Amino acid sequence: MDFSVVVEYFPRLLEGAWVSLQLVIVSIVLGGVFALPIALARISPIAWIRAVPFAYIFFFRGTPLLVQIFLVYYGASQFDVVREGFLWPILREPFWCAIIAFTLNTSAYTAEIFRGAIQAIPEGEVEACKVIGMTKFQMYRRVLLPRAFGIVLPAYGNEIILMLKGSALASTITILDLTGMARTIIARTYTPMEIFLAAGAIYLVISIVIIAIFRQIELRQNRYLGTLSIKVPDKG
Amino acid sequence: MIDLHGFGDQLLQGAVVTLELALASLFVGLILGLLGASAKLSSIAVIRWIANGYTTIIRGIPELLTVLIIYFGATSVLMAIAGLFGYDEYIEVGAFAAGVTALGLTFGAYATEVFRGALQSIPKGQHEAATALGMGPIRKFYRIILPQVWRIALPGLGNLFLVLLKDTALVSVVGLDDIMRKANIAVSSTKQAFLFYLVAAFMYLALTIISMVFVSYMEKRASRGLNRG
Repeated sequence: MDFSVVVEYFPRLLEGAWVSLQLVIVSIVLGGVFALPIALARISPIAWIRAVPFAYIFFFRGTPLLVQIFLVYYGASQFDVVREGFLWPILREPFWCAIIAFTLNTSAYTAEIFRGAIQAIPEGEVEACKVIGMTKFQMYRRVLLPRAFGIVLPAYGNEIILMLKGSALASTITILDLTGMARTIIARTYTPMEIFLAAGAIYLVISIVIIAIFRQIELRQNRYLGTLSIKVPDKG
Repeated sequence: MIDLHGFGDQLLQGAVVTLELALASLFVGLILGLLGASAKLSSIAVIRWIANGYTTIIRGIPELLTVLIIYFGATSVLMAIAGLFGYDEYIEVGAFAAGVTALGLTFGAYATEVFRGALQSIPKGQHEAATALGMGPIRKFYRIILPQVWRIALPGLGNLFLVLLKDTALVSVVGLDDIMRKANIAVSSTKQAFLFYLVAAFMYLALTIISMVFVSYMEKRASRGLNRG
């Protein structure tokens, strides 16, 4: 094993890591925005409104992310309508195809997380809102959604880590993310073990940072719980 | 009926390979998970550290990277070991073997946590009762602990299997003839990308549904001694 190649190509790996982070951040933000209406539709009392998000979630959670990326990147160009349409400048770019696939995927998972959180709020709090005379909109905005946000945090942190790891699939459609960059360097230097291990180490570091950030947000968001549920380590 | 341009049989063969890979990885992963959980609960610190290192690393890096590292790395590791014994021929690691190793390691890391939780939830009295009956550690584990751990761990393991089933698609990247690669081949000769990837997606959905039915049957079976009204 010769780790001097790692030192030499480390800046390139960091460039790749930045692309991976962009993919994750954009798709997590967009996915979160889409997930909320999907989650609310999923708990609607009307059956046909429930059915659509159910099918959506079932499809995107039940099929491999790799299939979803290929469907968007290779699949969309099968149709002349798409190739001549106004969306073609976007669907031609591997980066945006990855963003579309990741967003659709993560919004399905995130919607389920949101649904679980909203349903986990005690019935009494909903009743209290009604007694005070809040409208449905006020109830969601002032009580249910802020409460759900606190409940959602640990599972949401997991979803971001899973998305970070899923983003490695972007390398299969020629994007030079961390994995893609590693594969490109390996094609030139032929040192697969060294470069792949270095890439793995960078993913690990990013995961650890995300976990640490979420711990902090969790401590802040759930601070009203005091020390009941969160143990603050003693210093000294 | 949709026209698969004669690639239907190929895709079905791919499904068989996908299923074989998933089941073989499941088997490896279950053993690694049980070993990992026992190691995490061990009284020897070094063994605990190794198990913690294993789960942290595997759970922290992308599955695709694990597949690539095993596929490219296994050859050089095996050749280095063989070299120590004076064997210099080139050793080729197949996509299937690399896939089973990579996915088994991944499943094992997550299963370690599931099994650890289950092992810890077995009341201490069960251990004491088994010992009082004169059972040795192996018999106690096999007859008393494992059947209870199995029941508690099954829902978690079922979820992990669904993840594993979808991760098998990654092994197509290193050339395994699974559903995904058969779809790629069909696409490259027919240019019908959307059609074939959609068919592939529905094949995975079908496998998912079958697995879910099977897992819930197993869960019922594992808890048949419990009276749940």
